[in-house]
Amino acid sequence: MIVAEQKSLDEIKQLVGRAQKVLVVGCGTCVTVCFAGGAREAAIVAAELRMASKLEGAPKEVTDVTVQRQCEWEYLDQIAEQVGQVDVVLSLGCGVGVQAIAEHFPNTWVVPGLNTKFMGLPTEQGVWEERCAGCGDCLLGLTGGICPIARCSKSLLNGPCGGSLNGHCEVNEEIPCAWQLIYDRLKSMGKLEVLMDIQPPKNWCTARDGGPRKIVREDLRLATEE
Amino acid sequence: MSQDLQIVAYCCEHCAYAAADLAGGLRLQYPPNVRVVLLPCTGKVDPLLILHALEEGADGVMVAGCLPGNCHYLKGNFSARRRVAYVQQLLKQIGLEAERVEMFHLSSAMGSRFAEIAKEMTERVAAVGPNPLRIPRKEREP
Repeated sequence: MIVAEQKSLDEIKQLVGRAQKVLVVGCGTCVTVCFAGGAREAAIVAAELRMASKLEGAPKEVTDVTVQRQCEWEYLDQIAEQVGQVDVVLSLGCGVGVQAIAEHFPNTWVVPGLNTKFMGLPTEQGVWEERCAGCGDCLLGLTGGICPIARCSKSLLNGPCGGSLNGHCEVNEEIPCAWQLIYDRLKSMGKLEVLMDIQPPKNWCTARDGGPRKIVREDLRLATEE
Repeated sequence: MSQDLQIVAYCCEHCAYAAADLAGGLRLQYPPNVRVVLLPCTGKVDPLLILHALEEGADGVMVAGCLPGNCHYLKGNFSARRRVAYVQQLLKQIGLEAERVEMFHLSSAMGSRFAEIAKEMTERVAAVGPNPLRIPRKEREP
């Protein structure tokens, strides 16, 4: 899932500025399950903004609504009327959600309420860790299902480096060394020979280095008359 | 002034609610500002529940759950304690005093402790004054 965390109320207040009518839009997918921007968080942020603005002597009219997914036009259509009635939309979606609102409602000023952090998973309740860097050319088949791109600080393809100490990374001892994890896993599965292949330099054109990415599936596009 | 204060007490039915009942049965005196709201467990307490009480004008909110280790649902009181701490942080950002919200632990046999808590919370809220959200700004400023 996409993992995000809320901006501070001070920053949100600055972003909202002097707008009188505010609509807080939550998202019912990734940011709901990471407790950053779901229906409950949208209601909390709306209450915080109402209370803070009232205390400052300029009460704002703040309402909240949550759509199933901010990153799909069909779900955004459902809130078009509410969006049209406010001065600013505070999106509690990930960066994709914020941009989807901006793109779908060209005349609406939208500001982000979250910082989108990474693609990851909850390793325990209340703890999320990065697992995928979206490099566009998955090599998990070479590393026993542990990603050295996302989990090695240097994204090494042939690790570990000299900074691996007692299974931890030199960048921060709280970071497990991805290559130690890979070695341990392959060893436990009796597949250490996989590591004998030296990996050539990775082609990063499939990642961000190739510019913004796009996928077109002709088989899925709506049929036009041929 | 403290006569006008309103304190919402979210009480667990297995401990604090019964303790309040016992305090009544024992004819113990405690400030009348506390309005008890029955919950099946303080684990039901959500940050929004506390914020809404304050937004609607409550001067303080107390959450009263079982003694540590005695939760009927094992860990509901610990969850509540963490959420209360979270709301206290939110209140500082909003501009309200964190002292308006507090978590207490007691058992159903502690009727006198309930009376003490009610008094303690009332004094604590009286010290920070009425909730500014229910008083127009003009009246708040000298």
